[in-house]
Amino acid sequence: MSAVSAFHRRRAEARIAQRPGALVYGFLTLILVAAVFPFYWSFLIGSGDAGTLSDTSMSWIPGANFIANARSVVDNESVNFWRALGNSIIVSTVVSASVVFFATLAGFAFAKGRFTGQRGLLVFVIGTMCVPTQLSVVPLFIAMSAFGWTGTLGAVIVPGLVTAFGVFWMTQYIAQALPDELVEAGRIDGASMFQTFWRIALPAARPAAAMLGLFTFIMSWTNFFWPFIVLNQTNPTLPVALATLQANYFVDYSIVLAGVLLATVPLLLLFIAAGRQLVEGIMRGAVKG
Amino acid sequence: MTTSTLVVKDLTRRGLGLGENLGRWDLKYSPYLFVSPFFILFALVGLFPLLYTAWVALHAWDLLGGQGRWTGFDNFAFILQQRQFWVALAVTLIFGSMFGERYGLVNRTLVDVGLGPIRWHTDPLASHIAIATMVNFRWTGYNALILLAGMQAISRDLYEAATIDGAGSLRRFFRITLPQLRPTIIFVIITATIGGLQIFDEPRLYDQNGLGGEDQQWMTMTIYLYKLGWTQLNFGRAASVAWMLFLVIVAIGLVNLAITRRIATGEGRTA
Repeated sequence: MSAVSAFHRRRAEARIAQRPGALVYGFLTLILVAAVFPFYWSFLIGSGDAGTLSDTSMSWIPGANFIANARSVVDNESVNFWRALGNSIIVSTVVSASVVFFATLAGFAFAKGRFTGQRGLLVFVIGTMCVPTQLSVVPLFIAMSAFGWTGTLGAVIVPGLVTAFGVFWMTQYIAQALPDELVEAGRIDGASMFQTFWRIALPAARPAAAMLGLFTFIMSWTNFFWPFIVLNQTNPTLPVALATLQANYFVDYSIVLAGVLLATVPLLLLFIAAGRQLVEGIMRGAVKG
Repeated sequence: MTTSTLVVKDLTRRGLGLGENLGRWDLKYSPYLFVSPFFILFALVGLFPLLYTAWVALHAWDLLGGQGRWTGFDNFAFILQQRQFWVALAVTLIFGSMFGERYGLVNRTLVDVGLGPIRWHTDPLASHIAIATMVNFRWTGYNALILLAGMQAISRDLYEAATIDGAGSLRRFFRITLPQLRPTIIFVIITATIGGLQIFDEPRLYDQNGLGGEDQQWMTMTIYLYKLGWTQLNFGRAASVAWMLFLVIVAIGLVNLAITRRIATGEGRTA
Protein backbone atom coordinates (compact mmCIF):
# COMPACT_ATOMS: atom_id res chain seq x y z
CA MET A 1 0.00 0.00 0.00
CA SER A 2 1.44 3.35 -0.97
CA ALA A 3 1.95 6.08 1.58
CA VAL A 4 -0.68 8.27 -0.04
CA SER A 5 -3.47 5.73 0.13
CA ALA A 6 -2.48 4.84 3.69
CA PHE A 7 -2.83 8.49 4.55
CA HIS A 8 -6.25 8.68 2.94
CA ARG A 9 -7.29 5.55 4.68
CA ARG A 10 -6.33 6.86 8.05
CA ARG A 11 -8.15 10.10 7.40
CA ALA A 12 -11.24 8.22 6.25
CA GLU A 13 -11.19 6.09 9.37
CA ALA A 14 -10.89 9.17 11.50
CA ARG A 15 -13.90 10.66 9.78
CA ILE A 16 -16.02 7.55 10.17
CA ALA A 17 -15.11 7.37 13.82
CA GLN A 18 -15.99 11.00 14.54
CA ARG A 19 -18.42 11.53 17.37
CA PRO A 20 -22.06 11.94 16.43
CA GLY A 21 -23.51 15.39 16.95
CA ALA A 22 -26.06 16.75 19.38
CA LEU A 23 -28.84 16.00 16.91
CA VAL A 24 -28.19 12.27 17.04
CA TYR A 25 -28.00 12.28 20.81
CA GLY A 26 -31.20 14.30 21.02
CA PHE A 27 -33.01 11.86 18.74
CA LEU A 28 -31.76 8.83 20.66
CA THR A 29 -32.73 10.42 23.97
CA LEU A 30 -36.21 11.02 22.60
CA ILE A 31 -36.52 7.36 21.65
CA LEU A 32 -35.19 6.30 25.03
CA VAL A 33 -37.75 8.47 26.81
CA ALA A 34 -40.53 7.13 24.58
CA ALA A 35 -39.47 3.59 25.43
CA VAL A 36 -39.16 4.13 29.15
CA PHE A 37 -42.19 6.35 29.61
CA PRO A 38 -44.83 3.59 29.52
CA PHE A 39 -42.94 1.72 32.25
CA TYR A 40 -42.78 4.79 34.40
CA TRP A 41 -46.44 5.48 33.75
CA SER A 42 -47.29 1.92 34.75
CA PHE A 43 -45.26 2.36 37.89
CA LEU A 44 -47.04 5.60 38.72
CA ILE A 45 -50.39 3.87 38.50
CA GLY A 46 -49.17 0.60 39.97
CA SER A 47 -47.93 2.40 43.04
CA GLY A 48 -51.11 4.38 43.51
CA ASP A 49 -54.59 3.22 44.43
CA ALA A 50 -57.81 2.43 42.59
CA GLY A 51 -58.50 6.11 41.99
CA THR A 52 -55.09 7.08 40.60
CA LEU A 53 -55.89 6.33 36.96
CA SER A 54 -58.91 8.61 36.78
CA ASP A 55 -57.31 11.32 38.89
CA THR A 56 -56.75 14.27 36.54
CA SER A 57 -54.30 15.93 38.88
CA MET A 58 -52.23 12.80 39.11
CA SER A 59 -48.81 13.31 40.61
CA TRP A 60 -45.62 12.54 38.67
CA ILE A 61 -44.10 11.13 41.80
CA PRO A 62 -44.84 7.46 42.45
CA GLY A 63 -47.19 6.63 45.30
CA ALA A 64 -46.39 4.38 48.23
CA ASN A 65 -48.66 1.45 47.49
CA PHE A 66 -46.58 -0.60 45.06
CA ILE A 67 -45.60 -3.25 47.59
CA ALA A 68 -49.17 -3.50 48.85
CA ASN A 69 -50.54 -3.77 45.32
CA ALA A 70 -47.97 -6.35 44.34
CA ARG A 71 -48.79 -8.32 47.46
CA SER A 72 -52.48 -8.33 46.64
CA VAL A 73 -51.61 -9.79 43.22
CA VAL A 74 -49.43 -12.47 44.73
CA ASP A 75 -51.93 -13.25 47.46
CA ASN A 76 -54.93 -13.37 45.13
CA GLU A 77 -55.77 -17.05 44.94
CA SER A 78 -57.58 -16.88 41.62
CA VAL A 79 -54.43 -15.44 40.02
CA ASN A 80 -52.26 -18.35 41.12
CA PHE A 81 -49.14 -16.20 40.83
CA TRP A 82 -46.32 -18.51 41.91
CA ARG A 83 -47.60 -21.37 39.85
CA ALA A 84 -47.89 -19.06 36.85
CA LEU A 85 -44.36 -17.76 37.41
CA GLY A 86 -42.96 -21.28 37.58
CA ASN A 87 -44.87 -22.31 34.47
CA SER A 88 -43.69 -19.28 32.53
CA ILE A 89 -40.09 -20.01 33.48
CA ILE A 90 -40.39 -23.64 32.40
CA VAL A 91 -42.14 -22.88 29.11
CA SER A 92 -39.86 -20.02 28.08
CA THR A 93 -36.65 -21.84 29.01
CA VAL A 94 -37.51 -25.07 27.23
CA VAL A 95 -38.85 -23.31 24.15
CA SER A 96 -35.92 -20.93 23.75
CA ALA A 97 -33.28 -23.64 24.31
CA SER A 98 -34.96 -25.85 21.76
CA VAL A 99 -35.44 -23.09 19.20
CA VAL A 100 -31.79 -22.03 19.46
CA PHE A 101 -30.51 -25.58 19.02
CA PHE A 102 -32.73 -26.69 16.15
CA ALA A 103 -32.68 -23.35 14.36
CA THR A 104 -28.88 -23.18 14.47
CA LEU A 105 -28.64 -26.77 13.25
CA ALA A 106 -30.99 -26.10 10.34
CA GLY A 107 -29.38 -22.73 9.67
CA PHE A 108 -25.98 -24.40 9.42
CA ALA A 109 -27.33 -26.96 6.95
CA PHE A 110 -28.98 -24.29 4.82
CA ALA A 111 -26.01 -21.93 4.90
CA LYS A 112 -23.12 -24.36 4.48
CA GLY A 113 -24.54 -27.68 3.29
CA ARG A 114 -24.91 -28.68 -0.34
CA PHE A 115 -28.01 -30.74 -0.94
CA THR A 116 -30.67 -31.11 -3.55
CA GLY A 117 -33.72 -28.95 -3.00
CA GLN A 118 -31.83 -26.67 -0.63
CA ARG A 119 -33.09 -23.40 -2.08
CA GLY A 120 -36.63 -24.64 -2.47
CA LEU A 121 -36.76 -25.83 1.13
CA LEU A 122 -35.42 -22.53 2.41
CA VAL A 123 -38.03 -20.60 0.43
CA PHE A 124 -40.61 -22.93 1.91
CA VAL A 125 -39.40 -22.16 5.44
CA ILE A 126 -39.73 -18.45 4.81
CA GLY A 127 -43.12 -19.01 3.19
CA THR A 128 -44.42 -20.72 6.31
CA MET A 129 -43.98 -17.47 8.19
CA CYS A 130 -47.03 -16.29 6.25
CA VAL A 131 -49.20 -18.95 7.83
CA PRO A 132 -50.87 -17.19 10.73
CA THR A 133 -50.99 -18.86 14.12
CA GLN A 134 -54.72 -18.20 14.05
CA LEU A 135 -55.11 -20.66 11.24
CA SER A 136 -53.81 -23.53 13.29
CA VAL A 137 -55.59 -22.54 16.46
CA VAL A 138 -58.87 -24.32 15.76
CA PRO A 139 -57.47 -27.71 14.69
CA LEU A 140 -54.66 -27.56 17.24
CA PHE A 141 -57.22 -27.03 19.95
CA ILE A 142 -59.26 -29.97 18.65
CA ALA A 143 -56.10 -32.11 18.52
CA MET A 144 -54.97 -31.08 22.00
CA SER A 145 -58.40 -31.91 23.40
CA ALA A 146 -58.24 -35.31 21.72
CA PHE A 147 -54.83 -36.00 23.32
CA GLY A 148 -56.07 -34.67 26.64
CA TRP A 149 -53.33 -32.06 26.56
CA THR A 150 -55.48 -29.00 27.17
CA GLY A 151 -54.51 -27.34 30.42
CA THR A 152 -51.01 -28.84 30.34
CA LEU A 153 -47.74 -27.08 29.59
CA GLY A 154 -46.97 -29.49 26.76
CA ALA A 155 -49.75 -27.92 24.74
CA VAL A 156 -47.90 -24.59 24.91
CA ILE A 157 -44.35 -25.92 24.59
CA VAL A 158 -44.59 -28.38 21.68
CA PRO A 159 -45.91 -26.02 18.98
CA GLY A 160 -43.05 -23.59 19.77
CA LEU A 161 -40.09 -25.97 19.60
CA VAL A 162 -38.74 -24.69 16.24
CA THR A 163 -39.65 -21.47 14.51
CA ALA A 164 -39.31 -20.44 10.88
CA PHE A 165 -38.01 -17.09 12.04
CA GLY A 166 -35.22 -18.82 13.97
CA VAL A 167 -34.19 -20.96 11.01
CA PHE A 168 -34.18 -17.99 8.66
CA TRP A 169 -32.28 -15.79 11.09
CA MET A 170 -29.57 -18.37 11.77
CA THR A 171 -29.22 -19.18 8.06
CA GLN A 172 -28.62 -15.53 7.28
CA TYR A 173 -26.12 -15.14 10.07
CA ILE A 174 -24.12 -18.31 9.53
CA ALA A 175 -23.95 -17.70 5.78
CA GLN A 176 -22.11 -14.43 6.32
CA ALA A 177 -20.34 -15.02 9.63
CA LEU A 178 -18.81 -18.44 9.09
CA PRO A 179 -16.17 -18.61 6.34
CA ASP A 180 -16.42 -21.61 4.03
CA GLU A 181 -12.71 -22.22 4.58
CA LEU A 182 -13.30 -23.06 8.24
CA VAL A 183 -15.99 -25.60 7.37
CA GLU A 184 -13.78 -27.16 4.73
CA ALA A 185 -10.78 -27.24 7.05
CA GLY A 186 -12.90 -29.13 9.56
CA ARG A 187 -14.01 -31.57 6.92
CA ILE A 188 -10.46 -32.21 5.73
CA ASP A 189 -9.52 -32.97 9.30
CA GLY A 190 -12.12 -35.71 9.24
CA ALA A 191 -14.91 -34.05 11.21
CA SER A 192 -18.44 -35.23 10.46
CA MET A 193 -21.13 -32.72 9.60
CA PHE A 194 -22.43 -32.79 13.15
CA GLN A 195 -18.96 -32.34 14.62
CA THR A 196 -18.40 -29.41 12.30
CA PHE A 197 -21.66 -27.94 13.49
CA TRP A 198 -20.91 -28.50 17.15
CA ARG A 199 -17.26 -27.43 17.19
CA ILE A 200 -17.18 -24.73 14.52
CA ALA A 201 -20.59 -23.41 13.52
CA LEU A 202 -22.16 -23.17 16.96
CA PRO A 203 -19.33 -21.15 18.54
CA ALA A 204 -19.18 -18.87 15.49
CA ALA A 205 -22.92 -18.30 15.64
CA ARG A 206 -22.96 -17.45 19.32
CA PRO A 207 -23.90 -13.77 19.08
CA ALA A 208 -26.86 -14.47 16.81
CA ALA A 209 -27.82 -17.53 18.82
CA ALA A 210 -27.81 -15.49 22.03
CA MET A 211 -30.03 -12.91 20.42
CA LEU A 212 -32.40 -15.53 19.07
CA GLY A 213 -32.53 -17.09 22.52
CA LEU A 214 -33.46 -13.81 24.16
CA PHE A 215 -36.03 -13.00 21.45
CA THR A 216 -37.65 -16.37 21.80
CA PHE A 217 -37.64 -16.18 25.57
CA ILE A 218 -39.40 -12.81 25.53
CA MET A 219 -41.86 -13.92 22.85
CA SER A 220 -42.78 -16.99 24.75
CA TRP A 221 -42.88 -15.12 28.07
CA THR A 222 -45.36 -12.60 26.69
CA ASN A 223 -47.28 -15.02 24.48
CA PHE A 224 -50.95 -14.66 25.22
CA PHE A 225 -53.28 -15.84 22.44
CA TRP A 226 -52.55 -19.56 22.38
CA PRO A 227 -51.88 -20.10 26.12
CA PHE A 228 -55.03 -18.15 26.85
CA ILE A 229 -57.01 -20.57 24.71
CA VAL A 230 -55.40 -23.83 25.72
CA LEU A 231 -54.55 -23.29 29.40
CA ASN A 232 -56.85 -22.52 32.29
CA GLN A 233 -56.66 -20.65 35.56
CA THR A 234 -55.51 -23.62 37.63
CA ASN A 235 -52.35 -24.05 35.57
CA PRO A 236 -51.69 -20.74 33.79
CA THR A 237 -48.66 -18.89 32.46
CA LEU A 238 -48.15 -15.35 33.73
CA PRO A 239 -50.06 -13.45 31.01
CA VAL A 240 -53.00 -15.82 31.35
CA ALA A 241 -52.96 -15.46 35.12
CA LEU A 242 -52.79 -11.69 34.95
CA ALA A 243 -55.73 -11.57 32.58
CA THR A 244 -57.93 -12.69 35.48
CA LEU A 245 -57.19 -9.40 37.20
CA GLN A 246 -58.91 -7.63 34.36
CA ALA A 247 -61.82 -10.01 34.03
CA ASN A 248 -63.67 -8.77 37.10
CA TYR A 249 -66.60 -6.46 36.97
CA PHE A 250 -64.65 -3.77 38.75
CA VAL A 251 -61.06 -3.42 37.59
CA ASP A 252 -58.51 -1.87 39.90
CA TYR A 253 -55.82 -0.80 37.47
CA SER A 254 -53.28 -0.05 40.16
CA ILE A 255 -53.30 -3.75 41.01
CA VAL A 256 -53.32 -4.85 37.35
CA LEU A 257 -50.28 -2.71 36.58
CA ALA A 258 -48.47 -3.77 39.73
CA GLY A 259 -48.99 -7.35 38.54
CA VAL A 260 -47.77 -6.54 35.04
CA LEU A 261 -44.63 -4.87 36.39
CA LEU A 262 -44.03 -7.84 38.63
CA ALA A 263 -44.25 -10.13 35.59
CA THR A 264 -41.70 -7.97 33.77
CA VAL A 265 -39.05 -8.18 36.48
CA PRO A 266 -37.70 -11.62 35.44
CA LEU A 267 -37.27 -10.40 31.87
CA LEU A 268 -35.35 -7.37 33.06
CA LEU A 269 -33.12 -9.58 35.20
CA LEU A 270 -32.48 -11.84 32.23
CA PHE A 271 -31.65 -8.88 30.05
CA ILE A 272 -29.22 -7.49 32.61
CA ALA A 273 -27.54 -10.87 32.87
CA ALA A 274 -27.36 -11.47 29.13
CA GLY A 275 -27.37 -7.90 27.89
CA ARG A 276 -23.65 -7.23 27.92
CA GLN A 277 -22.89 -10.34 25.92
CA LEU A 278 -25.67 -9.52 23.47
CA VAL A 279 -24.52 -6.01 22.83
CA GLU A 280 -20.94 -7.18 22.46
CA GLY A 281 -22.08 -9.83 20.04
CA ILE A 282 -24.02 -7.36 17.95
CA MET A 283 -21.26 -4.79 18.03
CA ARG A 284 -18.51 -7.21 17.16
CA GLY A 285 -20.61 -8.47 14.31
CA ALA A 286 -19.32 -11.10 12.01
CA VAL A 287 -15.88 -12.28 11.00
CA LYS A 288 -14.98 -9.32 8.85
CA GLY A 289 -13.44 -9.71 5.42
CA MET B 1 -5.66 -36.99 9.60
CA THR B 2 -4.76 -40.65 9.76
CA THR B 3 -8.17 -41.69 8.58
CA SER B 4 -7.99 -39.47 5.55
CA THR B 5 -4.61 -40.86 4.51
CA LEU B 6 -6.00 -44.34 5.05
CA VAL B 7 -8.92 -43.46 2.86
CA VAL B 8 -6.65 -42.23 0.13
CA LYS B 9 -4.68 -45.48 0.24
CA ASP B 10 -7.88 -47.45 0.31
CA LEU B 11 -9.22 -45.49 -2.59
CA THR B 12 -6.20 -46.23 -4.75
CA ARG B 13 -6.41 -49.93 -3.91
CA ARG B 14 -10.05 -50.77 -4.57
CA GLY B 15 -12.05 -47.76 -5.54
CA LEU B 16 -14.37 -46.43 -2.86
CA GLY B 17 -13.61 -47.39 0.72
CA LEU B 18 -16.07 -47.59 3.56
CA GLY B 19 -14.81 -44.41 5.22
CA GLU B 20 -15.18 -42.49 2.01
CA ASN B 21 -18.68 -43.81 1.58
CA LEU B 22 -19.66 -42.81 5.09
CA GLY B 23 -18.19 -39.39 4.53
CA ARG B 24 -20.19 -38.97 1.36
CA TRP B 25 -23.42 -40.06 2.97
CA ASP B 26 -22.71 -37.73 5.85
CA LEU B 27 -22.13 -34.84 3.48
CA LYS B 28 -25.12 -35.63 1.35
CA TYR B 29 -27.76 -36.65 3.84
CA SER B 30 -26.87 -34.98 7.15
CA PRO B 31 -28.24 -31.63 6.00
CA TYR B 32 -31.63 -33.26 5.53
CA LEU B 33 -31.45 -34.60 9.04
CA PHE B 34 -30.48 -31.16 10.35
CA VAL B 35 -33.37 -29.35 8.74
CA SER B 36 -35.91 -32.08 9.45
CA PRO B 37 -36.99 -30.99 12.95
CA PHE B 38 -38.45 -27.82 11.52
CA PHE B 39 -40.32 -29.62 8.78
CA ILE B 40 -41.65 -32.35 11.03
CA LEU B 41 -42.92 -29.84 13.54
CA PHE B 42 -44.36 -27.68 10.80
CA ALA B 43 -46.17 -30.66 9.33
CA LEU B 44 -47.73 -31.33 12.73
CA VAL B 45 -48.62 -27.86 13.95
CA GLY B 46 -48.74 -25.94 10.67
CA LEU B 47 -49.58 -27.96 7.60
CA PHE B 48 -51.94 -30.45 9.18
CA PRO B 49 -53.93 -27.68 10.91
CA LEU B 50 -54.01 -25.71 7.66
CA LEU B 51 -55.72 -28.56 5.85
CA TYR B 52 -57.79 -29.58 8.82
CA THR B 53 -59.02 -26.02 9.21
CA ALA B 54 -60.26 -26.17 5.64
CA TRP B 55 -62.06 -29.39 6.52
CA VAL B 56 -63.62 -27.86 9.65
CA ALA B 57 -64.59 -24.78 7.71
CA LEU B 58 -66.66 -26.90 5.36
CA HIS B 59 -68.72 -28.38 8.20
CA ALA B 60 -71.10 -27.29 10.88
CA TRP B 61 -68.77 -27.68 13.84
CA ASP B 62 -69.53 -27.00 17.45
CA LEU B 63 -66.94 -26.50 20.19
CA LEU B 64 -68.75 -28.93 22.45
CA GLY B 65 -70.62 -31.15 20.00
CA GLY B 66 -67.75 -31.58 17.57
CA GLN B 67 -68.11 -32.37 13.91
CA GLY B 68 -71.54 -31.86 12.40
CA ARG B 69 -72.91 -32.22 8.90
CA TRP B 70 -71.14 -31.19 5.71
CA THR B 71 -72.16 -27.69 4.78
CA GLY B 72 -69.93 -26.86 1.86
CA PHE B 73 -69.19 -23.18 1.63
CA ASP B 74 -72.07 -22.13 3.90
CA ASN B 75 -69.72 -20.95 6.64
CA PHE B 76 -67.82 -18.79 4.17
CA ALA B 77 -71.06 -17.43 2.75
CA PHE B 78 -72.33 -16.69 6.25
CA ILE B 79 -69.13 -14.92 7.23
CA LEU B 80 -69.02 -12.87 4.07
CA GLN B 81 -72.52 -11.59 4.80
CA GLN B 82 -71.64 -10.44 8.29
CA ARG B 83 -71.00 -6.77 8.85
CA GLN B 84 -68.63 -7.75 11.66
CA PHE B 85 -66.39 -9.60 9.24
CA TRP B 86 -65.94 -6.59 7.00
CA VAL B 87 -65.34 -4.34 9.98
CA ALA B 88 -62.77 -6.79 11.27
CA LEU B 89 -61.12 -6.97 7.88
CA ALA B 90 -60.98 -3.19 7.59
CA VAL B 91 -59.61 -2.80 11.10
CA THR B 92 -57.06 -5.50 10.43
CA LEU B 93 -55.94 -3.89 7.20
CA ILE B 94 -55.59 -0.54 8.93
CA PHE B 95 -53.38 -2.04 11.58
CA GLY B 96 -51.46 -3.86 8.93
CA SER B 97 -50.73 -0.72 7.01
CA MET B 98 -49.77 1.27 10.08
CA PHE B 99 -47.43 -1.47 10.99
CA GLY B 100 -45.78 -1.72 7.63
CA GLU B 101 -45.33 1.98 7.28
CA ARG B 102 -43.95 2.61 10.70
CA TYR B 103 -41.56 -0.23 10.84
CA GLY B 104 -40.69 -0.64 7.32
CA LEU B 105 -38.45 2.02 6.02
CA VAL B 106 -37.41 4.16 8.92
CA ASN B 107 -38.31 2.07 11.89
CA ARG B 108 -39.12 4.82 14.26
CA THR B 109 -41.79 5.20 16.87
CA LEU B 110 -44.09 8.06 17.36
CA VAL B 111 -45.34 7.41 20.83
CA ASP B 112 -47.46 10.50 20.96
CA VAL B 113 -50.05 9.55 23.50
CA GLY B 114 -52.12 12.68 23.82
CA LEU B 115 -52.73 13.69 27.40
CA GLY B 116 -55.88 15.56 26.46
CA PRO B 117 -59.34 14.11 26.83
CA ILE B 118 -59.35 12.00 23.66
CA ARG B 119 -62.09 9.40 23.72
CA TRP B 120 -59.75 6.46 23.23
CA HIS B 121 -62.45 3.87 23.70
CA THR B 122 -65.33 5.20 21.63
CA ASP B 123 -63.79 6.98 18.70
CA PRO B 124 -62.68 4.37 16.13
CA LEU B 125 -59.68 6.37 14.92
CA ALA B 126 -58.52 7.18 18.43
CA SER B 127 -58.79 3.55 19.49
CA HIS B 128 -56.84 2.50 16.41
CA ILE B 129 -54.11 4.99 17.17
CA ALA B 130 -53.96 3.91 20.79
CA ILE B 131 -53.69 0.22 19.92
CA ALA B 132 -51.20 0.84 17.13
CA THR B 133 -49.08 2.81 19.57
CA MET B 134 -49.09 -0.09 22.00
CA VAL B 135 -48.15 -2.51 19.26
CA ASN B 136 -45.42 -0.24 17.94
CA PHE B 137 -44.01 0.18 21.37
CA ARG B 138 -43.75 -3.57 21.72
CA TRP B 139 -42.13 -4.26 18.35
CA THR B 140 -39.79 -1.37 17.64
CA GLY B 141 -37.02 -2.85 19.74
CA TYR B 142 -37.01 -6.17 17.90
CA ASN B 143 -36.94 -4.60 14.49
CA ALA B 144 -34.24 -2.15 15.49
CA LEU B 145 -32.10 -5.09 16.64
CA ILE B 146 -32.67 -6.99 13.42
CA LEU B 147 -31.76 -3.95 11.35
CA LEU B 148 -28.72 -3.31 13.53
CA ALA B 149 -27.52 -6.87 13.02
CA GLY B 150 -28.00 -6.40 9.29
CA MET B 151 -25.97 -3.19 9.36
CA GLN B 152 -23.14 -4.88 11.20
CA ALA B 153 -22.76 -7.22 8.29
CA ILE B 154 -22.01 -4.37 5.87
CA SER B 155 -18.32 -4.22 5.12
CA ARG B 156 -16.48 -1.26 6.59
CA ASP B 157 -14.40 -0.99 3.43
CA LEU B 158 -17.41 0.32 1.54
CA TYR B 159 -17.75 3.22 3.94
CA GLU B 160 -14.04 3.91 3.83
CA ALA B 161 -14.02 3.94 0.06
CA ALA B 162 -17.03 6.26 -0.01
CA THR B 163 -15.47 8.59 2.53
CA ILE B 164 -12.28 8.76 0.50
CA ASP B 165 -14.41 9.69 -2.48
CA GLY B 166 -15.84 12.51 -0.40
CA ALA B 167 -19.30 11.20 0.45
CA GLY B 168 -20.91 12.76 3.52
CA SER B 169 -22.70 10.78 6.20
CA LEU B 170 -26.19 11.25 4.71
CA ARG B 171 -24.96 10.18 1.33
CA ARG B 172 -23.25 7.14 2.83
CA PHE B 173 -26.50 6.23 4.53
CA PHE B 174 -28.59 6.44 1.38
CA ARG B 175 -26.06 5.02 -1.06
CA ILE B 176 -24.48 2.29 1.04
CA THR B 177 -26.47 1.46 4.14
CA LEU B 178 -29.93 1.33 2.57
CA PRO B 179 -29.05 -0.67 -0.56
CA GLN B 180 -26.88 -3.09 1.42
CA LEU B 181 -29.63 -3.51 3.97
CA ARG B 182 -32.21 -4.41 1.33
CA PRO B 183 -32.75 -8.07 2.24
CA THR B 184 -33.09 -7.19 5.91
CA ILE B 185 -35.52 -4.39 5.14
CA ILE B 186 -37.67 -6.67 2.99
CA PHE B 187 -37.68 -9.22 5.78
CA VAL B 188 -38.65 -6.69 8.44
CA ILE B 189 -41.44 -5.21 6.33
CA ILE B 190 -42.94 -8.56 5.48
CA THR B 191 -42.84 -9.97 8.99
CA ALA B 192 -44.16 -6.70 10.41
CA THR B 193 -47.05 -6.73 7.97
CA ILE B 194 -47.89 -10.31 8.76
CA GLY B 195 -47.59 -9.56 12.46
CA GLY B 196 -49.85 -6.56 12.04
CA LEU B 197 -52.51 -8.64 10.38
CA GLN B 198 -52.53 -11.07 13.26
CA ILE B 199 -52.69 -8.81 16.26
CA PHE B 200 -54.81 -10.02 19.11
CA ASP B 201 -53.24 -9.25 22.48
CA GLU B 202 -53.58 -5.48 22.50
CA PRO B 203 -57.17 -5.24 21.21
CA ARG B 204 -58.13 -8.18 23.39
CA LEU B 205 -56.90 -6.45 26.52
CA TYR B 206 -58.13 -3.02 25.50
CA ASP B 207 -61.28 -3.38 27.59
CA GLN B 208 -62.74 -5.90 30.00
CA ASN B 209 -64.78 -7.81 27.44
CA GLY B 210 -62.03 -8.16 24.91
CA LEU B 211 -64.38 -8.52 21.98
CA GLY B 212 -63.48 -5.45 19.99
CA GLY B 213 -65.64 -2.76 21.54
CA GLU B 214 -69.38 -2.15 21.51
CA ASP B 215 -69.47 -1.23 17.88
CA GLN B 216 -66.51 -3.37 16.77
CA GLN B 217 -64.33 -0.27 16.54
CA TRP B 218 -61.18 -2.24 17.21
CA MET B 219 -62.23 -5.76 16.34
CA THR B 220 -59.49 -7.44 14.32
CA MET B 221 -59.83 -10.68 12.37
CA THR B 222 -58.23 -12.61 15.19
CA ILE B 223 -60.63 -11.17 17.74
CA TYR B 224 -63.49 -12.04 15.41
CA LEU B 225 -62.18 -15.57 15.06
CA TYR B 226 -61.89 -15.95 18.81
CA LYS B 227 -65.39 -14.60 19.27
CA LEU B 228 -66.89 -17.04 16.77
CA GLY B 229 -64.97 -20.04 18.03
CA TRP B 230 -64.79 -19.61 21.77
CA THR B 231 -67.74 -17.44 22.71
CA GLN B 232 -70.25 -18.52 20.07
CA LEU B 233 -68.74 -22.02 20.04
CA ASN B 234 -68.90 -22.23 16.28
CA PHE B 235 -65.66 -23.80 15.07
CA GLY B 236 -66.78 -24.10 11.48
CA ARG B 237 -67.20 -20.37 11.10
CA ALA B 238 -64.05 -19.62 13.08
CA ALA B 239 -62.11 -21.89 10.75
CA SER B 240 -63.44 -20.17 7.67
CA VAL B 241 -62.36 -16.80 9.09
CA ALA B 242 -58.91 -18.28 9.66
CA TRP B 243 -58.69 -19.32 6.04
CA MET B 244 -59.78 -15.95 4.78
CA LEU B 245 -57.20 -14.30 7.03
CA PHE B 246 -54.58 -16.58 5.52
CA LEU B 247 -55.59 -15.64 1.97
CA VAL B 248 -55.49 -11.95 2.84
CA ILE B 249 -52.03 -12.37 4.34
CA VAL B 250 -50.70 -14.19 1.31
CA ALA B 251 -52.16 -11.55 -1.03
CA ILE B 252 -50.75 -8.66 0.97
CA GLY B 253 -47.43 -10.42 1.42
CA LEU B 254 -47.06 -10.77 -2.35
CA VAL B 255 -48.02 -7.16 -3.04
CA ASN B 256 -45.66 -6.01 -0.33
CA LEU B 257 -42.81 -8.07 -1.70
CA ALA B 258 -43.34 -6.70 -5.19
CA ILE B 259 -43.41 -3.09 -4.00
CA THR B 260 -40.45 -3.41 -1.67
CA ARG B 261 -38.43 -5.15 -4.34
CA ARG B 262 -39.08 -2.40 -6.81
CA ILE B 263 -38.25 0.36 -4.35
CA ALA B 264 -35.14 -1.37 -3.14
CA THR B 265 -33.80 -2.20 -6.58
CA GLY B 266 -34.54 1.37 -7.67
CA GLU B 267 -32.35 2.60 -4.84
CA GLY B 268 -29.68 0.10 -5.65
CA ARG B 269 -29.55 1.15 -9.28
CA THR B 270 -29.14 4.86 -8.68
CA ALA B 271 -26.31 4.17 -6.26
